[in-house]
Amino acid sequence: MIRFTAIRLIEIAAMLVLMSFVIYGLIGLMPGDPIDLMMAADPHLTSADLARLKALYGVDQPLLTRYWAWATAALHGNLGYSRLFAAPVTATLLPRLANSLVLMGSSFVLAFVLSLGLGIAAARRPRSRFDAAVNFGAFAGVSLPTFWLALILILVFAQVLHWFPASGMTGAGSGDLADRLRHLVLPVATLTIASIGGYTRYVRAAMRDALGQDHIRTARAKGASETRVIWHHALRGAMVPIATILALSFGTLVSGALVTEEMFAYPGMGKLIFDAVMGNDYNLALAALLLATAVTLAANLAADLAYAWLDPRVTLR
Amino acid sequence: MQLTRVLRECRRGASGLRCVAFLLVILLFVAGFLPAEAADHDELSIGIVQFPVMLNPDIEAVAAKSYVLGFTTRPFTVFDVDWKLVCLLCTELPSFENGRAVKTQLPNGKTGVDLTYTIRADATWGDGVPVTTDDVKFTYEVGRNKDSAISNAELYRRILSVDVENDKTFTLHFDRLTHEYAAIDDFVLLPAHLERPAFADPAQYRLRTLYGTDPTNPGLYNGPYRVSELAQGSHIVLEPNPHWAGPKPPFRRITIHAIENSAALEANLLSGTIDMVAGEMGLPLDEALAFDKRHGGDFTIIYKPGLTFEHVDCNLAVPALADRRVREALLLGLDRAAIVKSLFADRQAVANSFVEPLDKGFTDDVPHYAFDPAKAQQLLDQAGWHAQPDGTRKSDDGKTLSFELTTTAGNHSRELVEQVLQSQWTKIGVSIRIHNEPARVLFGETVPHRKFELAMYAWSSAPENEPRSIFHSKEIPAADNGYAGQNAVGYDNPEMDRIIDTLETELDTAKRKALWAEAQVLYATDLPSLPLYFRSDAFVLPKWLAGLRPTGNQYPSSLWVTDWSVKP
Repeated sequence: MIRFTAIRLIEIAAMLVLMSFVIYGLIGLMPGDPIDLMMAADPHLTSADLARLKALYGVDQPLLTRYWAWATAALHGNLGYSRLFAAPVTATLLPRLANSLVLMGSSFVLAFVLSLGLGIAAARRPRSRFDAAVNFGAFAGVSLPTFWLALILILVFAQVLHWFPASGMTGAGSGDLADRLRHLVLPVATLTIASIGGYTRYVRAAMRDALGQDHIRTARAKGASETRVIWHHALRGAMVPIATILALSFGTLVSGALVTEEMFAYPGMGKLIFDAVMGNDYNLALAALLLATAVTLAANLAADLAYAWLDPRVTLR
Repeated sequence: MQLTRVLRECRRGASGLRCVAFLLVILLFVAGFLPAEAADHDELSIGIVQFPVMLNPDIEAVAAKSYVLGFTTRPFTVFDVDWKLVCLLCTELPSFENGRAVKTQLPNGKTGVDLTYTIRADATWGDGVPVTTDDVKFTYEVGRNKDSAISNAELYRRILSVDVENDKTFTLHFDRLTHEYAAIDDFVLLPAHLERPAFADPAQYRLRTLYGTDPTNPGLYNGPYRVSELAQGSHIVLEPNPHWAGPKPPFRRITIHAIENSAALEANLLSGTIDMVAGEMGLPLDEALAFDKRHGGDFTIIYKPGLTFEHVDCNLAVPALADRRVREALLLGLDRAAIVKSLFADRQAVANSFVEPLDKGFTDDVPHYAFDPAKAQQLLDQAGWHAQPDGTRKSDDGKTLSFELTTTAGNHSRELVEQVLQSQWTKIGVSIRIHNEPARVLFGETVPHRKFELAMYAWSSAPENEPRSIFHSKEIPAADNGYAGQNAVGYDNPEMDRIIDTLETELDTAKRKALWAEAQVLYATDLPSLPLYFRSDAFVLPKWLAGLRPTGNQYPSSLWVTDWSVKP
């Protein structure tokens, strides 16, 4: 397992280097230079200003030169400055990352816990009314457009009931824990409802499959309690495919949820990445996207390791 | 009966979805009729659609920043709600009559002007330090430095030098005399006592300015409010500047929320999270009109026509568009009055030239092009584009009359108008292919590099703003000038060049008006672009707010926040 992990870590490092180049190149190939945009907005700018600003922001150099300069600095721990936010990339990124982890982490845990319960319950009673209701709810959750769901929640719980604020992360001049939690309720609910359907479908299918296995019948024949059968024997087998889905979802923890963030004016990573890409803010976009890539790759490694732990038949080589 | 039964079941403790659903319905019903919480209105929450990233007034001019700075910072001069130039930070506008403006002869033979300003005696930064000529000298130093990333470097190039008379009075020596010579609205002071250390390395200034690293430092602001909290990407809180000597700020706190999605902005308004939507940075007109229909009775909605001129640029490098008859036919084939009526409820004025009717230079005595599809078809026939049985038009050499129409993708209003244009032009035999692009691509690449055929977008200007950048032949963007200039259509008319050159230095009001009229007639005759309408901004205000007067020009209403009040 140590050898496997070491090889995978080397692969991840190589993949990150490759991705950094690909992302940098893709942003560089996008039409619309930021300085040209400044020029379009300000008729007073002359061609001399243009040249001066391009040199100042470093966009007058060839793409490869810029990438090499960035990579060298990044290897020394310097991710550079964000052109859009006029601040170091880390100082810009970290608060947004923390916001996203809170938002996405809460909804992720909530959605997973609920879908585990619902999926298992539905798998235990296939083709029952409850199973049909869960299936219907799951499909509805998957089908609902996030922006619409967000609007409905704002309408009901902010506009009509005045229970929760409609937007933001904290109230003006406030920011204590209770205030932050109140602001989190609606965006977390939106993300949870939007993702719970998909997870529930996976959990139900995996549990249905696991409950039909020979070793489950054997466990029951040996007189194991239903609770033990479900939670000890069946769930462990079902967790293998579920772990893959969870691992793939981990990237979203740091890449944010653009639509939800925009609807609730929540300053998270989704909006930050979108603005950075659209604003040709190379340093910021690169750091944010690489972070999301790294987390996804690391989560996949964790999932691979989890397979071996969950299923003794799996050997890591 | 059914409800009674459910209620009885609930009372008995019967569980089930029906009981829960019933209670939820009751709750929603009751909550809907609850009286709104009484408010004393000592706070105001404003929604805008963009977050101002960094508040340094001299680096990167964006509308959201101007709006916020309107509350916190006083420029020397601005155009007020009546489009009259006024002093905000100075005591008196320089003029030749009061001796504060003096014509000078420059060594190169040109005429310059020396302008003397005096800073208001009570002008003070938010940390109690007086605003002085030291700030003027420092701001000039920053503006002149080529590494400082100042956006309006042209202003500082025009100021040859600064002479300081005392702590409050200074003279700017300009290299030219223009009609609005006293307007120095882009010369926005930076607090030297705080910003000088950040400017130690000019190339690093944009990264080290306290407006970015310490935006809640009270000493950065000299207006009625100061920034007390800035949650990046979310909201900005403003509180009264304790050292402000002008009229008392009307609110204990103003919170500006950035909500980019207009549907969410509307929902926030209805939920009471925000009290108003700023017209300068708020709902697009079509969405404001829809909101007005649904909830207009609960708010005061002001529609203010402004200086934003919506038009279709015709790239004159495209052979078919180089023919004036084709451009005229395109304009005659459009029922602009119907577009404005049906899509914008007549809240926007149809444009016949590029000058807004409220502008001093406006004249209506220009060629008008009312909807006339028959004449449009006649012109196209004359231009050699013959009608075909399938409804299209072809030239003698078999080319089809077809253009690509581009606008900003995602701009709902423009996309709606674009479809109408396509439909109306198809009726006169002009095929239109729609190819929309994100704003960053359209304005960063397609328009400046002249890679379009027809492009629909808007120009924003100041009152009596000479159209040099958009119509002068020296302003045609090309590779050899680094794609500078906004004359993307490639309009090259020596007569228009002469009018613009004369306009910039003509001081006599009557002669200026005549020159403006000439420019508008020439534009409406040549039609380098197709005028559509002048855009209006929609201000959605709470019923209890009084005194807010939209300017319609580039200066935001927030500059006059001390005129705002709560209705008794």
